[in-house]
Amino acid sequence: MGQFTPTPHDPDARGHFGPWGGRFVPEALIAAVDELAAEYDKARLDPEFVNEFQRLLRDFAGRPSLLTEAAKFAEHAGTRVWLKREDLNHTGSHKINNVLGQALLTKRMGKQRVIAETGAGQHGVATATACALLGLDCVVYMGEVDTERQALNVARMRLLGAEVIPVKSGSRTLKDAINEALRDWVTNVDQTHYLLGTAAGPHPFPLLVRDFHRIIGIEAREQILEKAGRLPDAVVACVGGGSNAIGIFHGFIDDPDVRLVGVEPGGSGLDSGSHGATLTAGTPGSLHGAMSYVMQDDDGQITEAHSISAGLDYPGVGPEHSHLKDIGRAEYFPVTDAEAMEAFALLSRTEGIIPAIESAHALAGALKIGPSLGPDGLLVVNLSGRGDKDMDTAVEYFGLADGGQA
Amino acid sequence: MSLSDVFSAARAESRAALIGYLPAGFPTVDGSKDYLRSMVESGCDLVEVGLPFSDPVMDGPTIQAAAEQALAAGFRVRDLFDVVAAVTDAGGRAVVMTYWNPVLRYGVDAFARDLAAAGGLGIITPDLVPDEAEDWMAASAAHGLDRTFLVAPSSTEERIAMTARASSGFLYATAVMGVTGARDVVSSAAPELVARVREHTSLPIGVGLGVRSGAQAAEIAGFADGVIVGSAFVSAVAEGDAAVRALAADLAKGVRSAPATV
Repeated sequence: MGQFTPTPHDPDARGHFGPWGGRFVPEALIAAVDELAAEYDKARLDPEFVNEFQRLLRDFAGRPSLLTEAAKFAEHAGTRVWLKREDLNHTGSHKINNVLGQALLTKRMGKQRVIAETGAGQHGVATATACALLGLDCVVYMGEVDTERQALNVARMRLLGAEVIPVKSGSRTLKDAINEALRDWVTNVDQTHYLLGTAAGPHPFPLLVRDFHRIIGIEAREQILEKAGRLPDAVVACVGGGSNAIGIFHGFIDDPDVRLVGVEPGGSGLDSGSHGATLTAGTPGSLHGAMSYVMQDDDGQITEAHSISAGLDYPGVGPEHSHLKDIGRAEYFPVTDAEAMEAFALLSRTEGIIPAIESAHALAGALKIGPSLGPDGLLVVNLSGRGDKDMDTAVEYFGLADGGQA
Repeated sequence: MSLSDVFSAARAESRAALIGYLPAGFPTVDGSKDYLRSMVESGCDLVEVGLPFSDPVMDGPTIQAAAEQALAAGFRVRDLFDVVAAVTDAGGRAVVMTYWNPVLRYGVDAFARDLAAAGGLGIITPDLVPDEAEDWMAASAAHGLDRTFLVAPSSTEERIAMTARASSGFLYATAVMGVTGARDVVSSAAPELVARVREHTSLPIGVGLGVRSGAQAAEIAGFADGVIVGSAFVSAVAEGDAAVRALAADLAKGVRSAPATV
């Protein structure tokens, strides 16, 4: 099965996964999302587009990414663990898959200007990279709070030629960066593509972002069959908006014996109210263009998410995850900041791999479910990104600057 | 009194209707009642009562800040119905303009029921297109409310026709591609859009986004059935009741200084 082959799991023509998804956007944007959907429908079946995308993944992003056995980490999980190494991609995370695909679509649509939102800066850096490569103008919206927390990534984006606009409205974080990007889009939609960074938003974003990331699951399935000789018992990934998770899940979605496990940011714990576990603790609503689980109060006001990981700090989630949860095909649970940071340190120490704190949530999830599988069990964990960007957080959390030890 | 009566009454005077927007709860719940009453008394034929929302993607800085202020002051969705009732009790006519998530959370039918009970005439839905409005179509029919969907310069003919069929009361034409906020000049896209919409419907058409002066109101009244003013009223609130009344009076004069089109 190819990466762009239509599947029985695709949404309907208006973007519904069961009752989820759709297009809850201003009429002014409908023409743009219609144009994007039509262009993607053509592109996914066009060998020229598919070949060019695959060439960039191979020659620019460095795919296929490795599948690495983590034997010493696995001793702590009580079961065998393999890591899908999206951290080894160019720009350091899975995000490059989606931005290359959407940047190519932007060119096909004859648009010259790309806008994007970013939280931690991973998607912003990836977008700035793809725009530099393909000669597109790039504007990145980033919450003012995040520009301060992630000054190095702001510098990276600017070095790559992107304009970074600090967003001063609302909570000045990721959700407000998305709001501001949507406002820009509705104003400049003729010449502008909104390069959304996760598998959320109005149709066709959840579909095309998923498809650009399906390569993760396709590779992982082939690799684990070759290396371990069988399918895993479970595939584990972190879920903020859910793009890396949906990408790897789809490689195994038709293998009913493979559990699909999404790990959400539990922050200080669900009882504290300070978390981002949208699927575990959220309720149905519409945010940023789609029906999905969202974090909201009794009045339908969106509440702020909290996570030590900026990339998971989002009060919404992609609609397909809401669907997979409802039909029981995937399971979701949270791990706390503390559990994630413990896994972050553990992988660094045992395997010589410093994961992104986002990905450390998936590792913490693996530590939780591993013991129930036993020593003959087999887990594939999506290591969605590398941890270089998280050093400031780690220094502070573990007191590393003062001679502390993780 | 229904929305079509509001527009018929204006047409009988050969003029466009003046529609003023203010968020409920801004600057406080009681304050918004007072200002909305002032707008009614000073010439607004219809008021749009906004429901403050945490993530207003269609709004520019002025209305964003007003919504934030209202929410910070403790605004609750149930207060909206009090504000609408206050307008109705004062002899005004009100519709609600709201992002869709608070309605979903309240329950679409319950929201329609409580709005109708407060005397509200309908809902303007900036981020709900007819394609996703099945529940709202049923609830509005059940409770006798009008549905105002939006059309934009980027809307195709097919979508304009579909949106007009799904609407009742009046259609909202966004004069520019962009978010709310006062602008210096009326967009050239507005008359063209209104002309396109008239090919598909006899519903009254209100034009909004960017109107702030009597002169602009007069210009729009030359081709539309309703002139919608939002951010300018929000800004006037900062200057007090006299400024709100003066703005409404200036705009009311504007809609009377150009002959209505129909």
